[in-house]
Amino acid sequence: MQLTNKDKNGKPVGRALAAATCALLGVQATNTLAKDKPGEWDVETALLVYSETDDRVQAAEPVISATRNYDGDRKLNLKLIADTLTGASPSGATPSDLPQTFTRPSGSGSYDVPAGEPPLDDSFKDTRVALSASWTAPLNRDYTYTVGAYGSKEYDYLSTAVNGSLSRYLNNKNTTLTGGLSLGVDLVDPVGGAPVGLSRMPLRTNKTEAQFDQEFALTRESDDTKTLVDALFGVTQVINRRTLMQFNYGVSYSSGYLTDPYKILSVIDDASGANFGGNLIESDGNPVYLYENRPDTRMKHTLYWQTKYMLGNGDVMDGSYRFMVDDWGITSHTVDLKYRWKLDKSYLEPHFRYYLQSEADFYKRYLTATEYNGGTPVLSEASADYRLGELTGLTFGAKWGYRFDEDRELAIRAEYMIQTNDGDEGFGKLASQDLYPDTNAMWLQLSYSF
Amino acid sequence: MPDSTWLTGRRFRRAGTALMLVSIVALAGCSSLGVKPWERDLLADPDMQLTVSGVDAGLDDHIYFSKEASSGGRGFGGGGCGCN
Repeated sequence: MQLTNKDKNGKPVGRALAAATCALLGVQATNTLAKDKPGEWDVETALLVYSETDDRVQAAEPVISATRNYDGDRKLNLKLIADTLTGASPSGATPSDLPQTFTRPSGSGSYDVPAGEPPLDDSFKDTRVALSASWTAPLNRDYTYTVGAYGSKEYDYLSTAVNGSLSRYLNNKNTTLTGGLSLGVDLVDPVGGAPVGLSRMPLRTNKTEAQFDQEFALTRESDDTKTLVDALFGVTQVINRRTLMQFNYGVSYSSGYLTDPYKILSVIDDASGANFGGNLIESDGNPVYLYENRPDTRMKHTLYWQTKYMLGNGDVMDGSYRFMVDDWGITSHTVDLKYRWKLDKSYLEPHFRYYLQSEADFYKRYLTATEYNGGTPVLSEASADYRLGELTGLTFGAKWGYRFDEDRELAIRAEYMIQTNDGDEGFGKLASQDLYPDTNAMWLQLSYSF
Repeated sequence: MPDSTWLTGRRFRRAGTALMLVSIVALAGCSSLGVKPWERDLLADPDMQLTVSGVDAGLDDHIYFSKEASSGGRGFGGGGCGCN
């Protein structure tokens, strides 16, 4: 599909490379089919419904992304996303042979977990609205720049970021070099205030409300911030008439409050493997749960390689591999494969993704009474968040799309993900509990572009 | 110089020469990569864009960011929600 353009350098690939640049930036410009017509808006809309098994997280997420093309090269993209989350989320505590009672994050009220059940915090719900904007324009024949801004707000979290990038076309636009920088500041304002890391969760049992309130206040800090700096360097290379490749190196540094304020750890008795009855405060006799605490900085390095290849019959293969390593001790490998099988006016695209992650240095499925050390933990950081543990993820999916004409496309997509965790199996009574339940999730997405 | 050390040194030199040759070939290969302006028909196909649907990619990135300890790679990732 050729569009008339004064630039004799072959606009279609210029477009593909500009889009690749946007993708590199996370700007994710929406270009489908014969778009990019000057003076028009291209709009992509979608509704995603996400559901985890066992009454865990459920989400609905509508998206609208609109790109205005001022001419072949200058573009404004605006994107609005809303999402609503409900359901229950694993708190980090271990299942127990006895029923357990936990204090809600806000401090008002408690929730119970039956014996043998995984402790899920069901007070989890949130609504988020996110808006992003980006502007892409050429500086001259060889350089293109992009600037963007992002903001999102949810009940207990505010996120803001600005980003910019510069791309240089080389070798007759067969090679694009891109460098980008993103700066973000997030404000974390947890329900009930941020808990003091590794402090004990106050429990109401055997206490007056006044005693509980006093204890709860002692475990709270005010809201907190985190800053994020991301830099990305990428090379996009046309290999031949059918093959396009991209190599990216990214480095990301975050600092500030990186702890999850709602996650806790169980303290387990060294002898029995059962919940440890604490006597930290006035011998209250309750089990001991500690609020998690993570390091206050994190440095991540990411390598990414993607290849697209068009077969003789017009089908398209898309494969990518990502390697990540950070200073929390986590390394991960991600392989993503898609095959777009072209039919007459429609296409069918099966998808497979494999993810493997090692555990963070400070990941602990539980703490022992010895580590708890009577209220003076021997560790400075610990988290039982399963997302920081040893993790394998498999996703199978497919997308079917129908193209009415050059501009309009309707698509439906379904994905199914199975996550399995692995790690320390516990001892004594704990060994009979399932410490690593699988996470199964499915999402369905309906999209319409015009 | 003992014989074994000399052998090791020679191995290193050979490895260095081989590496240099490979680099030269690779560089020469890179300069011949790519297509002429009139050979860009297939690459112009919207399905050949690195990210065909930015909306799909954004939604998936958000899901995986919330469920895994990794993010980014394709673009800037790792922020924008309190889910991790």
